[in-house]
Amino acid sequence: MTDWRTASLVEKRQETRTAATLVFDVSGWPGHRAGQHVDLRLTAEDGYQASRSYSIASPPENGNVALTVERLDDGEVSPYLVDVMAPGGELELRGPVGGWFVWDTGDSAPLVLIAGGSGIVPLMSMLRHRAARDSTVPTRLLVSARTIDDLIYGRELARLEGRDDGLEVFVTLTREAPDGWDGFTRRIDRDMLADVTWPPAEGPSTYVCGPTSFVETAADALVSLGHDAAAIRTERFGPTGT
Amino acid sequence: MTPIARGFFGKRRDAEYGDRLPPGQYTVKDFPVLTFGPTPHTPVEQWSFTIKGAVEPERSWTWEEFRALRPETITKDIHCVTKWSKFDTVWGGVSVDTLLEGLTPTGAYVTAFCDGGYTTNLPLADVTGGKAWVAYDFGGEPLEPQHGGPARLLVPHLYFWKSAKWVRGLEITDDDVPGFWETNGYHNRGDPWLEQRYWGD
Repeated sequence: MTDWRTASLVEKRQETRTAATLVFDVSGWPGHRAGQHVDLRLTAEDGYQASRSYSIASPPENGNVALTVERLDDGEVSPYLVDVMAPGGELELRGPVGGWFVWDTGDSAPLVLIAGGSGIVPLMSMLRHRAARDSTVPTRLLVSARTIDDLIYGRELARLEGRDDGLEVFVTLTREAPDGWDGFTRRIDRDMLADVTWPPAEGPSTYVCGPTSFVETAADALVSLGHDAAAIRTERFGPTGT
Repeated sequence: MTPIARGFFGKRRDAEYGDRLPPGQYTVKDFPVLTFGPTPHTPVEQWSFTIKGAVEPERSWTWEEFRALRPETITKDIHCVTKWSKFDTVWGGVSVDTLLEGLTPTGAYVTAFCDGGYTTNLPLADVTGGKAWVAYDFGGEPLEPQHGGPARLLVPHLYFWKSAKWVRGLEITDDDVPGFWETNGYHNRGDPWLEQRYWGD
C-alpha cells in the first residue's frame, strides 16, 4: 500500500457550480470497495507538494477511479482539481484506504444512506455498486443540499430510483426550492429521519456522511430514535466552531 | 519520475513552519472532527476510569476521584492521519504516569477502551515517560463531547486516532492487540514523522 501510483485524468465533468467529477486512469489500480477513499499528491514544477484525501465516487465494477470534488474557496488542492486540471494531466494517487465506511451487496440488511452536500460521494459509490450488481436490497437515500442546483448527481439519482429495484431517494433543500417542489425544505431533523428511515427493529445498516454538524445532528437523532449506535457508520468532514 | 501537476502552484501557507510540520500534513486553525460513529454522551456521574489486565493491582476512579488527581497543562502540536495538523493545542488532564503510580504493569502493551466501543492499541512505552495524558479540558474549557468529552486519551507524538475519544480506561496486555482503525487499514503504531498512515507504511 505504500506506493504512490501515477493517475492520468481521462475525463472531467462539472456536477454543480462548485463540484466536478474527475475520472482517473490509475496505473496498477488494485480495485476498491464502495465507500473507500484515496490520497492524492500534487507536485508543482519546483517540487512543492500538497496532498489530500478524497472519497471515491465510482463503483468497484469500474476500472477507473472517479472522484467528485467540491471546491473549497480557501482550499489549496480542490480549486486546482475543480478549476484548473485538464484531461491529460497527471498527479499521484495512493489507496484505496479505509475498511470501516464500506458497503457491499453481500450485506442484505436494509440500507440507509444519509448525505449532507458532497457527503453523497462515497454513498454514490455504494448506490452505483448496488445497481451494477442488480441488487434489490431495500435502500433509502436522504440527501440534503442547499438548492436543487447544488444537488450532486441529481439526474443519475432519479434514473437509479426509476429502475424500481427497491431504491427510494429523498431530497431536502435547505435554502431554496423550485416551484412545485414536493420534497423536504428544511435542515435534517429527528422527524425527517423518523419519516425516511426504517424502524430500528428492521435492523438497517446506516451510513452518514457530510459536514461535521450535519453528521452530529443525524447520528444523534438516529440514536434517539432507538437505532443501535454500532450499526451507524459515519464520516465527517470540514471545520467545527472550535 | 514524479509527475508534475501542470498549473499547480499551491498556497504554501505552511512554508514558515519548516521542520515543525510532519511530512504530508497541512495546518488548520479550526478543529476537525473524525469519528467512526455517533458521538456518545456519557454523564460524568456514570463515568469511571479503569486500569486493568496485566497490571497489579487493577484500579478504578470515579469522575470526582479522577479530577482530584494531579492535573497538568499540556501544550502540544497534534497531527491527524487525514493530514491536518493543529499547532499549540492546550489541554488539561492527568498524566498516564500519574495513573500508573503504585501499579505494576506486567504486560508491554495497552488497549485504550472507550464509550461507543472504540479501541486503540499502543506499546506501554508510548504512553509512559511523560508522553500521554487523559485530558478533560481543551483550551481552558471542559472538553466537548464531539472532541471526546468528558475525557480522551492524548498521545500527541502519534497520529491523533491513537488519542482515543470518550476513553474509559486502559487494558494492559501481554500481546499487541490491534484496535479499531488498526484492523481497518491503518498503521499499527502511527508515527507522523515516519508517515506511518496505513498498513504497509
